[in-house]
Amino acid sequence: MNVVVCVKQIPDPAAEQSLDGDHRLNRGGKLILDEADTYGVEVALQLVEAAGEGEVAVVSMGDAADVSGIRSALAMGAARATVISGESLRGADALTTAKVLAAAISRHSPQLVICATESSDGYTGTMPVQLAQLLDLPALTFATSVTVEGDNVVIHRQTELGYDEVAAELPAVVTVTAGVVEPRYATFKGIMAAKSRPVDVVSVADLGLDAAALEARQAVVAVETAAARSAGEKYVDDGGAAQRIVAYLEEIKVLSGGAS
Amino acid sequence: MSVSTLWVVAEPAPSGITTTSKELISEARRLGAQVTAVTWGAQGELAAVVAGDLGATRLVDFGDIGAVLPASVVAASLAALARDESPDAILIPTSNDGRDIAARLSAVMDLPVLTNVTGLRAGEDLVSEHPIFGGAQTALARLSGPGPRLFVVRAKSFPVESVAGAPATRDVVAAAPSTTRAAVIRSTHVEERSGPALEDAAVVVSGGRGLGDAASYGLIEELARLLGGAPGASRAIVDAGWVPYSYQVGQTGKTVKPELYVACGISGATQHMVGMKGASHIVAINKDPDAPIFSIADLGVVGDVHSILPALVEALRSRG
Repeated sequence: MNVVVCVKQIPDPAAEQSLDGDHRLNRGGKLILDEADTYGVEVALQLVEAAGEGEVAVVSMGDAADVSGIRSALAMGAARATVISGESLRGADALTTAKVLAAAISRHSPQLVICATESSDGYTGTMPVQLAQLLDLPALTFATSVTVEGDNVVIHRQTELGYDEVAAELPAVVTVTAGVVEPRYATFKGIMAAKSRPVDVVSVADLGLDAAALEARQAVVAVETAAARSAGEKYVDDGGAAQRIVAYLEEIKVLSGGAS
Repeated sequence: MSVSTLWVVAEPAPSGITTTSKELISEARRLGAQVTAVTWGAQGELAAVVAGDLGATRLVDFGDIGAVLPASVVAASLAALARDESPDAILIPTSNDGRDIAARLSAVMDLPVLTNVTGLRAGEDLVSEHPIFGGAQTALARLSGPGPRLFVVRAKSFPVESVAGAPATRDVVAAAPSTTRAAVIRSTHVEERSGPALEDAAVVVSGGRGLGDAASYGLIEELARLLGGAPGASRAIVDAGWVPYSYQVGQTGKTVKPELYVACGISGATQHMVGMKGASHIVAINKDPDAPIFSIADLGVVGDVHSILPALVEALRSRG
């Protein structure tokens, strides 16, 4: 079974985040594989291992100057990577990203395409299903478990009240939530092997896409400081914390009685 | 473009439509537009009453679409109608199905879509508000090119306001056949929980990684019960499998606006704070004096949840 996983390199969320002059997230620093994508890579590897044949390929859109984040996915066990890169893609919106990824993925004809529910930097959350629509595939979203039964993919889909069991015939797009599986750590052997696995860097033109059709149609026009909530009282526990909290709950009248 | 016709995707619920759908209809009406609600399922008649009460004049009802994920059918049907009638914008609730519908619609109609909207400003064109960096700043965004504009709006962004309107005129429209193979819902599983619903509770007590282990979550449930509230959770402990997803507060979980929010052992990741910073009062308990949650807490207690929570539960019990 051949599985494509869409992945994204993002600025390290642990580092200070800032916007550039166009109100876009600064991506100048070191980029890492979005942790949200490691779950999809793991699910894909497990499905291919269970099938006993096929491979996992990763596809990513973004700057190709540094692909160390992509190598992290290869080190986990993905066989190959395609990175679509180009100046015209800077600031691409989700639909544009989906168009570019769809063009790249259709060259693979995978049985399954796996994406994270949303990226950790932009968290737009629409790209995977836009991609499914462009590829004319069913989308099984918000999966907390993924299995393949014959020609069908079956997921548990998170709902407000629990979960639904949802099935569709392959090929299909599946989005997975964080926590669906425990992503494996890359072994030393995996990291060494990743160095020699192919990372194919392609341009929009290579995919036969018209750059004019990919122009972003959304823009952040301004950024305002939100009405800030400020820090209130800080109480360092000296054994009286519970009493202090009870007194506070009385002050705000969540509890009756007390000094009010 | 001024705003004169707005459509709202009104997701079906046993009471007619979901709460977030109601919020969007109310806001669409406040923006001064002619409001059409769009729904499907078996609750059309009830939905027309609810939508009308909030100010929608028309309800488009695609009827029963079967036990499938609704996105492909609803998006195909909506697109066919929107091409004919060209509404200025379509507002869609943030939910699993809402996000999927918006994404399909965007691709079918070749239109960009803005998500995580928490406010809308009408002018020459609609400008949407998006919280960034944990809500410390608001990005204002605008779409360009032909419409309709597509916005996916977060829960609790707008108040629900009855205008005692007459039931909306119900147009039953046959759903357009989806060309995409269906994702079939085989079965539905409901997790039992008692007490008030998380999104409606006046008090929410949430636990995070700082609790140390799944067993300690019992203290959160007990404290919530004593305060007449609902227990919640950070994404970290949902991902770790301590509690179900339905408990999750934050960006990818529920948005809550209770009178009181008590955060226990939650450091305050951006992802969590956007879901609860609208609470009237916030109490945080955390061992780390530098935890980001303290920057928005009205009462920030630096200490160990394992000693403070049992003492607090005991103090509340002794009050009867």
